[in-house]
Amino acid sequence: MVKLIFRNKTWEVRPGMTIEAALRKLGIDPEAVLPTIKDTLITADYVLQDEDAVKLVAVVSGGTR
Amino acid sequence: MKCKACGGPAAINMRHHKLALCGEHYLEWVPQQVQRFIEKYQMFSPQDKLLVAVSGGKDSLSLWDVLLRLGYRADGVYIGLGIDGGVNYSDQSHEKIVQFMAKFWPQAKLHVVDVEQTYGMTIPELSLARRREAKPCSVCGLNKRHIMNRVAVEGGYTLVTGHNLDDEAAVLMQNTLRWQVGYLARQSPVLEATHPKFARKVKPLCRFYEREMAAYAIVRGIDYIYDECPHAEGATTLFYKTLLNQLETNSPGAKLSFYLEFLRARQEGLFQKAHDEVVLHECEYCGQPTSAPGLCSFCRIWDRGADAREPAGELGLPVAGG
Ligand code: SF4
Ligand SMILES: [Zn+2]
Ligand SMILES: [Zn+2]
Repeated sequence: MVKLIFRNKTWEVRPGMTIEAALRKLGIDPEAVLPTIKDTLITADYVLQDEDAVKLVAVVSGGTR
Repeated sequence: MKCKACGGPAAINMRHHKLALCGEHYLEWVPQQVQRFIEKYQMFSPQDKLLVAVSGGKDSLSLWDVLLRLGYRADGVYIGLGIDGGVNYSDQSHEKIVQFMAKFWPQAKLHVVDVEQTYGMTIPELSLARRREAKPCSVCGLNKRHIMNRVAVEGGYTLVTGHNLDDEAAVLMQNTLRWQVGYLARQSPVLEATHPKFARKVKPLCRFYEREMAAYAIVRGIDYIYDECPHAEGATTLFYKTLLNQLETNSPGAKLSFYLEFLRARQEGLFQKAHDEVVLHECEYCGQPTSAPGLCSFCRIWDRGADAREPAGELGLPVAGG
């Protein structure tokens, strides 16, 4: 299985689909997150492999700049 | 997806630019674009002294980094607001800035103004003492504006802020939905100094999506403060940003053209009539420009008497021209 981690939540999805498809399935707007694997940015067309742990970084943060 | 420059695996895909880049080429592309917009909007030249308002967030730290990489004379200013909120927010933000400097730019100069040390109370304390509002945001905002302007004017700086396109588009949407033409007339990548004691203000990131700035920070290895200020008025702005992102998902480039077409219309004078000239007075205590005679809102909230004048250089900065 593949782990998707966003804020303090973790989801499990099946390998073989793209990150974009996984995000849509979970109801997360792909425009609002940046997917990373081991702190490296990857694009949403990446096909998830078994055992991947994808950390989603929220694009919007910070009350001030 | 492959990098357009080298064919390696892409780190980011920018559908609105039809451009995907790997980390290495992204780190080259961002400063090139920033430089392009600095020139396009005539923001500043290499001779100008820049003051970057840094909060410890991704936008301001990335902006400071990019300006220094481009060789600009850019100092930072950090305002210690004294916000704890159970997460030590202010201390943590300061810590991120210190770490950033140690890692990338140990020679860079940071002005720190601690509100409590300088004026006697933290922002939440001041807000409680004066307004008794649940949220300190209005008090906080006017303090930040006043102090940043003051540091900029005294140091002879142009004030540079990290507002990105999502920030600008969210404000634009709010103002458009209520047809606030006065606000629309003033929303611009460059705010000229309309008074000798007003700093010129510029926003070099105004054409970058928020996700592009987050991506820059990640690829560059900048550790930024991820959590919002515990008082974040957030709700409204966040709501509009979410809405705009949904629009963007279905129609790539929608956010960008919403903002750019607004700038074009503004440039062509669509909101000119609303740009009424405000008569400015100098505050009787601190001398900063204010729209009403007497004390400015900053001095009023700090209960300052009109009888004494604030010593110049109170913040320990060189006086303008230095
Ligand atoms: S959210 Fe409110 S209190 Fe927090 S930094 Fe922003 S304006 Fe200040
Ligand atoms: Zn490349
Ligand atoms: Zn004043």
